[in-house]
Amino acid sequence: MTDASMQNPKTGGHGVSLTAADARTRKRANAEKRFRAYGIAAIATGLFFLIVLFASILSQGIPAFTRTVISVEFTLSPAERDEAESTLFKTKAYSDLFIRSLNNELAENGIKVDFDEAAIERLLGKVGGTIRTFYSENPDKLGEPIEFDLAASSRVDGYFKGRVSRDTIQDSRFLQKSDLDLVDVLEEAGIIKQVFNWPFITGADSGVDNPGGAGIGASVVGSFFMMLVVLGLSLPIGVAASIYLEEFAPQNRFTDLIEVNISNLAAVPSIVFGILGLAVFIQFMHLPQSAPLVGGLVLTLMTLPTIIISTRASLKAVPPSIRDAALGVGASKMQAVFHHVLPLAAPGILTGTIIGLAQALGETAPLLLIGMVGFVARGYPDGFLAGFTEPNSAMPAQIYTWAARADVGFYEKAWGGIIILLIFLLSMNIIAIILRRRFERRW
Amino acid sequence: MNDMSRVERQVDTKEIKLECRDCQVYYGDNHAIKDVNVDIEDKTVTAFIGPSGCGKSTFLRCLNRMNDTIDIARVEGSFKLDGEDIYDKRVDPVQLRAKVGMVFQKPNPFPKSIYDNVAYGPRIHGLAKNKAELDEIVEKSLRRGAIWEEVKDRLHAPGTGLSGGQQQRLCIARAVATEPEVLLMDEPCSALDPIATAQVEELIDDLRSRYSVVIVTHSMQQAARVSQKTAFFHLGNLVEFGETGQIFTNPEDPRTESYITGRIG
Repeated sequence: MTDASMQNPKTGGHGVSLTAADARTRKRANAEKRFRAYGIAAIATGLFFLIVLFASILSQGIPAFTRTVISVEFTLSPAERDEAESTLFKTKAYSDLFIRSLNNELAENGIKVDFDEAAIERLLGKVGGTIRTFYSENPDKLGEPIEFDLAASSRVDGYFKGRVSRDTIQDSRFLQKSDLDLVDVLEEAGIIKQVFNWPFITGADSGVDNPGGAGIGASVVGSFFMMLVVLGLSLPIGVAASIYLEEFAPQNRFTDLIEVNISNLAAVPSIVFGILGLAVFIQFMHLPQSAPLVGGLVLTLMTLPTIIISTRASLKAVPPSIRDAALGVGASKMQAVFHHVLPLAAPGILTGTIIGLAQALGETAPLLLIGMVGFVARGYPDGFLAGFTEPNSAMPAQIYTWAARADVGFYEKAWGGIIILLIFLLSMNIIAIILRRRFERRW
Repeated sequence: MNDMSRVERQVDTKEIKLECRDCQVYYGDNHAIKDVNVDIEDKTVTAFIGPSGCGKSTFLRCLNRMNDTIDIARVEGSFKLDGEDIYDKRVDPVQLRAKVGMVFQKPNPFPKSIYDNVAYGPRIHGLAKNKAELDEIVEKSLRRGAIWEEVKDRLHAPGTGLSGGQQQRLCIARAVATEPEVLLMDEPCSALDPIATAQVEELIDDLRSRYSVVIVTHSMQQAARVSQKTAFFHLGNLVEFGETGQIFTNPEDPRTESYITGRIG
């Protein structure tokens, strides 16, 4: 302490009370407080946007998980069927029979309302065909009472979910104001109701005019097969490449070049991989278009750099003393790597792989170019091998397709699809965390 | 340093186990070991001492070709184990390292059970025909590592769960499990407390009856306590090599004297 500081108690030194902070200390304390406030503000902003995102996804997507059905108990005797089959307009005859039993059901409930066949068609589409198909597939059900859950039309569904209201509706051949009165009456009678939309989760895509029937199931299967291809190819190739580069390859210009290029590949936009896949796999190798096999190959190219980088990082993180120990007792280099280094690096490799897979699962752009977008997957592939080669869609591609369609009913499906996709991604990340916890070992 | 007991501790055999002539090591452009000539005798503890960075660990790692794993390291000269050149093209370093075991500075047990730590070497070299033989090797090695009594009831507990001194003795047991002829120790006690150090030093003295032991150490007291021969390295040169008592009581080279009296290093 110099004499000067002794004379100036403000700057601290001997004889200054510890309980009174000097100017400099106060300034530092304030700077620290400000910094903490910035940090909290940044996190709060992030959280706010996250909450807005989730709220909007959930509020827009949840309706996709319910659907409006009109359930009518219906009995068809063999005689009635033969009669209907003998007419010229067969589905019309079934339709008439259906209206008759709907009227009966209303009468049982003591409700009197007038409606015609056209109104039923606006509410339900062409019921006759549905009923006829059912009985031609299940002839043994003739004569038994069957509870039919018939999907209401997109606009009726929209009326229940608030998309369509009396004020905004314009009379058209699709729906008229008078139909809404009928809907209200049917709802009171418990005939028209909302149920959980299983077909959305298990079903396949529908045509552009039928958003109610669209399901994401087939594209989940498509994504599943793509992920099988990605996992089956990128994990062994990626891990083998990383082990070679990290443990065996000599350090020279050539390996440096490879290293730089792997890092560069990780940053290449995914659509570039898509166009590469189109040129190589479809135009040159003539693999089938829109097939999960091709999608998986393209996504493998995209995922490989991610897996290689994370695997190399986890191999690097294994302490060299473990390698020395193994070599010291006379293990060969390969034994040292496979017996000791790889098991220790496994949790990191697994995490990297699952993160890479999750990234690939949500990727849309490369699928645009190989024809997995816009393809209407109307059914499931038949058999395991067909799952790889038959045209299919994938979850993000399906969501993109729905979002691009005109009917507002599909808009809701797109949000619902996003919820399903997020559930998959979330569970993959949770699996990654669990695996890491489980396999993590101390050394 | 003029402990009388050391004078009595005569070297029993004069048989040369490892003969090193004109040894040079280069790390890239750096000439790390210059013209080193050392004869490591059988059933003897040879200590390498010297200031940090003088090349003693580097030289030790030449003796079981651990420097092979470093890309830029280049070794020249003649290293003969029982008359056979260990750098001969036909020599597989893997086989050599089973004969010349190594214990490292930091205890580095595998993150496996105590049993598997010791059994690993015999397993990869096919030293045991069956489980019973392997059990026997493990017990014998752990006894030689002076750790059997402490771990016999928990052979399947992880080796990483032991204390530092126990881990180091486990590593020694692991090294002797492959029946080596030479045991290299790279500062085996630098990460241990004085009690564990004393245990390991006692063990080293026991090991001398079977193996030729080479130990790198920073502690001159340790070199004086455990070794019969001492080599003093300085800046990549072997300055002086001789009987431990001689080196510590009557060094020939002024640099050795400066180092052991604490003036350089």
